[in-house]
Amino acid sequence: MDNAIEVEGLVRDFGGTRAVDGVDLRVPAGHVLGLLGPNGAGKTTVVRMLATLLTPTAGVARVGGFDVARDGARVREIIGLTGQYASVDEKLTGRENLILIGRLLGLKRRDARARADELLQDFDLREAGQRPAQTYSGGMRRRLDLAASLVGRPRILFLDEPSTGLDPRARRDLWERVRQLQTDGTTVLLTTQYLEEADALADAIVVLDHGRVIAEGTAAQLKARVGGRSLFLMVARAEQAAAAGERVAAMVGTPPRVEGETISVPVSDPALLPALLRELDAAGIEVAELGLRGASLDDVFLSLTGRSGACREESGNAEDTP
Amino acid sequence: MKALDQTLALAWRSLVQVRRNPWELGDYSIQPILFLVLFLFVFGGAIAGSPENYLAFVLPGVIVMNMLFVTVYVGHGLNTDLTRGVFDRFRALPIPRWAPLAGRILADVVKQLLCIALLLVVGFLLGFRLETSWAHLLAMVALVLTFAVAFSWVMVLVGVIARDPEHVQLFGFTALFPVTFVSSAFVPVDTMPPWLQGFVQANPVSLLADAARALMNADGPALEPALWSLAWALGIVLVFAPLSVYALNRRLARG
Repeated sequence: MDNAIEVEGLVRDFGGTRAVDGVDLRVPAGHVLGLLGPNGAGKTTVVRMLATLLTPTAGVARVGGFDVARDGARVREIIGLTGQYASVDEKLTGRENLILIGRLLGLKRRDARARADELLQDFDLREAGQRPAQTYSGGMRRRLDLAASLVGRPRILFLDEPSTGLDPRARRDLWERVRQLQTDGTTVLLTTQYLEEADALADAIVVLDHGRVIAEGTAAQLKARVGGRSLFLMVARAEQAAAAGERVAAMVGTPPRVEGETISVPVSDPALLPALLRELDAAGIEVAELGLRGASLDDVFLSLTGRSGACREESGNAEDTP
Repeated sequence: MKALDQTLALAWRSLVQVRRNPWELGDYSIQPILFLVLFLFVFGGAIAGSPENYLAFVLPGVIVMNMLFVTVYVGHGLNTDLTRGVFDRFRALPIPRWAPLAGRILADVVKQLLCIALLLVVGFLLGFRLETSWAHLLAMVALVLTFAVAFSWVMVLVGVIARDPEHVQLFGFTALFPVTFVSSAFVPVDTMPPWLQGFVQANPVSLLADAARALMNADGPALEPALWSLAWALGIVLVFAPLSVYALNRRLARG
């Protein structure tokens, strides 16, 4: 069996709303797939269907070769789930949480304890393991969540927005752990709003918007789709940024993203750079910096959806609203 | 065998939780004792002439009332699991779908048993003496526990429907107070106005309190109110179990 996850024409309705609208996915065993999209794109709904928490309205999904709708029990034996919705018991200590999961997975009491201690060690939670989970910091909580989903050494792991609300250091630590899992041969499906996260972790990326797949490929392929390059312009005075943006739009043909003094837009023809510089000069706009860089996934998202990718301010607070 | 092990692990978890919830612990220990002592010394003289005379009457009533209040935690715990995402973690594990609920109700039976034992010990210290036999006492405990398990289904429904754990408690206690007090749990029915007596006599809390009293004090027929209590218990399960399962499936399908 080559594909750990196979999804065809997956649909899910909630009342009259179609949250997932005909999604196809294929994740080869041992690969990391990044499911990328803004809030409300349908990422979590896809994961919940794959983890057998939600029945598909239509379509077929096979996880580890088992149909999620017909063989749910078999699917649950080989998956791990961590995310916004699958959480630990706050009143239990970290260690008790892991022991409970071990016991539920059929481990003997002693084996469940040994496995819990092993995971606490791996996840730098040995001391915290004796404290109730409600006293943990966001980063520790997420590590415990991840550890809890690994108790049964799942072949296939679902990570639903694993780094939402984490500070940069905790995020990097989490990435390291996901890379380790990948090295160990675990298939990972990870959803994220962070383009850099998909770029950093995923072998392949599927971009989801309004419940549909709008693009897929490796990070490099996606970047190549938008010309591979991105124009980066910084004006000396912020009040000239809007005017500069209009000139760039006229020349490139795509409305750029303007943030403060910086303007960026995906470009396909690097030769327009000197022309743009002359144009800006003629308009009396002072240029502090002008150049090309490799397109980021943010640019990809912008060119695919006409919107900027992540809404970081919102997602930073998402953790506090269960 | 495996399912039993899993249910026991989940029951263990519900019991370990209590350690970290001082309010819940208080509701299982201080509150029942407080109710017993308050009723006894504040109302005892007025209702029965003296606290000593009231003890045998009120102790079974407090046992029944406390049993009902403890069931609120079944709904409270279930709602906490649903709103905090613990329920989904369990559902993604290879365990029977009924196991989390069974574990919770099993833990509830253990809590109920501890509460009843505590009240009997405190009652004994205050001067209560069993007028029947140990077998009768065990029958009383079994009857109260059976009703507790049946009544848990009402709280399961509340736990599934409520927005958050606080609402479970608010709704649970608000509904339980009138049902408990408009009963024969604390005062003889014949002291109430006639229009109220019909309701009080049909109230399962009255029937259960009457049966418990008869089984502890030998002061009346036990079989008839006991059978009516069991009929109520059965009726509650028949209505609320399917309703709860329906509501739970609906809530889970909401995504």
